[in-house]
Amino acid sequence: MILTTPAERRALLDRSRTVGMVGASANHSRPSYFVFSYLRTKGKLDVSPINPAIAEIDGVHAYPSLAAYREDRGAPPDIVDVFRKPDDAPQVVREAIAVGAKAVWFQYGVINDEAIRLAVEAGLDVVVDRCIKVESARFDGGLALGGMNTGLLTARRRIH
Amino acid sequence: MEERTFGFRTRALHAGTPPDGETGARALPIYLSTSFVFDSTEHAAELFALRTYGNIYTRIGNPTVAAFEEKLASLEGGLGAVATASGLSAQLITILSLAQAGDHLVATVNLYGGTVTQLSVTLKRMGIETTFVPGGDHHALRGVLRENTRAVFTETIGNPNGQVADIVALAEIAHGAGVPLIVDNTFATPYLCRPIEHGADVVVHSATKFIGGHGTVLGGAIVESGKFPWGAGRHPLLSTPSPGYHGLNFSETFGEYAFVQRARAEVLRDVGAAMSPMNAWLMVQGLETLALRMPQHVANARAVAEFLRGREEVSYVWYADLPESPDRALAQRYLPLGAGAVFAFGLRGGREAGRAFIEALELWSHLANVGDAKSLVIHPATTTHQQLSDEELRAGGIGPEMVRLSVGLEDVGDLLWDLERGLGAARKAAAVSA
Repeated sequence: MILTTPAERRALLDRSRTVGMVGASANHSRPSYFVFSYLRTKGKLDVSPINPAIAEIDGVHAYPSLAAYREDRGAPPDIVDVFRKPDDAPQVVREAIAVGAKAVWFQYGVINDEAIRLAVEAGLDVVVDRCIKVESARFDGGLALGGMNTGLLTARRRIH
Repeated sequence: MEERTFGFRTRALHAGTPPDGETGARALPIYLSTSFVFDSTEHAAELFALRTYGNIYTRIGNPTVAAFEEKLASLEGGLGAVATASGLSAQLITILSLAQAGDHLVATVNLYGGTVTQLSVTLKRMGIETTFVPGGDHHALRGVLRENTRAVFTETIGNPNGQVADIVALAEIAHGAGVPLIVDNTFATPYLCRPIEHGADVVVHSATKFIGGHGTVLGGAIVESGKFPWGAGRHPLLSTPSPGYHGLNFSETFGEYAFVQRARAEVLRDVGAAMSPMNAWLMVQGLETLALRMPQHVANARAVAEFLRGREEVSYVWYADLPESPDRALAQRYLPLGAGAVFAFGLRGGREAGRAFIEALELWSHLANVGDAKSLVIHPATTTHQQLSDEELRAGGIGPEMVRLSVGLEDVGDLLWDLERGLGAARKAAAVSA
């Protein structure tokens, strides 16, 4: 199903440990590098690039495909994070389903109706047109330090 | 936790100000620190490259200031906010985030004088040209939008004529031309009007006024809706690689956050007009009671406007809620809880009547500000605009007879008592000069 509320996205991030970032780039000015570097240095999620064109990013091994990730790790990534052009998204989803992934996250602008439909029909949790870095930061206090409206409101002490 | 949409008063108290994560302090701590230590060289590098969130230096961001920013963004229904040293710096940073030399802006007339000067003199010197159009003339607005226009600018409630902006119509025209609508919401505050709900893309504030609410500290803020397509190509400063940030493309990298990110990371950083954490703390105290203060400001302003319109010494009252106001329909649509508490009126007898009126007052403070808890008054023809002739004043939309009020929270009977004394003095002065 499509996760539309902050609470649903938070639950997904909380229960996930690994991320396969399809289309991660080692180019420091690319958005995917920003997100990769954020997740890697935060350390809460174990992030791996999925990109046949590169061997590694900042010392983290890159897998040529989701299938290669699964073979090496013995399980699919908890979240398949998609940094590809929208037309490529359905193929990424087919591969994600094939390796048994349970969640697929389409980054900003990666909007493809067929890809969303395939993922929803296969029972995956789906996040659309959101950034996994921004959503992680919404719940770990980072976004609030940037003056952003997190939409979170509590009188309880927030311990990240 | 189940989803709940919290009300305005609840958000005014809680948004952006959860208990402090480090200490459990329930009130907002004042982080009076210029700088913040890095965990490691790698952490520092990540922060400076904007790849991770956190504090570096208070000119760019500070935890106390961020609490104010988030609270205001929540109240305006925006995605995020950037606090600044003043309202004028909020405008400057907004404009410099969107436009550069060779670019063009459109603004409605009857704006705050400081805004007009910033646009027509200072920004013009920097190569950014502004065309002014009458606020209600939508045909004229369409006619002056150009290929290099980067934004349309207006005020929710005009200063000092009280004209109410037709935000929906202005947003439609701006969006039709591919540009955002920027609305100065200082006089309305998010309690009386939330321009983003009507289609505005960026809201700016002089927080010095009703947000601070007590005439104590200066501050400004920029709030963005997160809905404008900054990456569509009309704003190269946001959609092409930035030399100020080693080739970063803000729109591609930050998506809906592109504008606030650039406004903070590049423009606030380089302009340097940051809000002090002390001021941010006072602004937060102000916002907590905004929803209690504004209804009283409005009730007192209505009573004062009603009182003045019935007086023979008074030639007009520019309060948009009055039945004779040409802006009443717009006020009812956009300001259903009241047309604010700042308005102007005219005294029969011109400049001398105005001088006598001001000098007879005991309770209304004669000064150049608005939005204090105390009632304020100014007569532009004998103060801020004294060097101008009557004709020059009228050309600027400010007659020699015009007095501007900012109605405070005193007992309204005391305010009317004092105005009565002022009107008596004005009547005598008018008789002498006639």
